[in-house]
Amino acid sequence: MAELHVSIVSADREVWAGAAKQVVARTTEGEIGILAGHEPILAILAPGEVRVNGNDGSVVRITADDGFLSVENNRITVVSRVATVV
Amino acid sequence: MGSQLRVYRQKIRSAQTTKKITRAMELIAASRIQKAKQRLAASVPYSSAVTRAVSGVATFSNVDHILTTEPEKVERAAVVIFSSDRGLAGAFNTNVLREAEELSTLLRNQGKEVVYYLVGRKAVGYFSFRGREFERSWTGETDNPTVATAQEIGNALVEKFQADQVDGGVDEIHIVYNRFVSMLTQQPLVIRLLPLEIIEGVEEPAEHELLPLYDFEPNAATVLDALLPVYIESRIFTAMLQSAASKHAATQKAMKSASDNADKLIKDYTRLSNNARQSEITQQISEIVGGADALSSAKK
Repeated sequence: MAELHVSIVSADREVWAGAAKQVVARTTEGEIGILAGHEPILAILAPGEVRVNGNDGSVVRITADDGFLSVENNRITVVSRVATVV
Repeated sequence: MGSQLRVYRQKIRSAQTTKKITRAMELIAASRIQKAKQRLAASVPYSSAVTRAVSGVATFSNVDHILTTEPEKVERAAVVIFSSDRGLAGAFNTNVLREAEELSTLLRNQGKEVVYYLVGRKAVGYFSFRGREFERSWTGETDNPTVATAQEIGNALVEKFQADQVDGGVDEIHIVYNRFVSMLTQQPLVIRLLPLEIIEGVEEPAEHELLPLYDFEPNAATVLDALLPVYIESRIFTAMLQSAASKHAATQKAMKSASDNADKLIKDYTRLSNNARQSEITQQISEIVGGADALSSAKK
């Protein structure tokens, strides 16, 4: 199965980048889980946590305040002014 | 010691002291420039992600948004000038201010009123010396810009942009800053931020690749609403970082030529002082010889 390429960027640097199986984020509309092959989407994030589930079962948690999330061709970009890996 | 010689020695000493200072500043600028370049490089993923998203919304949706549509009549334009807090950077501030003046003349000729936003003490000094008014200014951290300031500037601009014309709102926002091209070249640049003119970085999709038809959550208008202030802020932050890197490069260049100049002065004055010393010695010898001659001829 195709995998996701995730990059999480804050205003002054790239916080985290890598491959993943699933990304779970909280948008203003509610929680969204993204697997490979997801349709292109641009969503506004609600303050909260973004969870990146790696291929090997590892989980990376990132707190992202007011930002957005874009998905296209299995590339996920989480853009937040202030993002930190928990 | 002859008075001439003393003057030369003094000049050499003063050139040496100046050189010490300029050399130190050159080295400091050289080390800061590396840091500034790293920060600039580190901010690229964010700004390119934001730009990409904005171009995505603007290109693939047909929402009418205040930030993307051209107003019918432009009454007032905001100009943001990015200068530095300190001088000693060659033509750095002069260039950016001259570029801003040219832009203002152009805008006034088009019948627009110009409102200024200044970043950096040098621009503020330039305006207050000429008794000219400006809307707001930010000083104190041009060497090391922070996201918080960029956010503050961005908010102030977007707020003004969304205000009505009668309330002093602006219809256009331009930024003027020095772009860091290389260590040797810094280019003053004018960019119209709003309304969005050209969206940079829209990649032409390759033949086999389909345009990503974005789905927007909650909807395109809301996404654009949330995105554009972020976009403005990121552009401003980039401009600040560019300006900071350019400032350090300009300082380094200016201080290098100052040190070189001091070297040349020291060399020239050393030559002159050697000359003066030699002629003093020659004069003393001829005085002694002349005196001895006179004495011996008087004895006879």
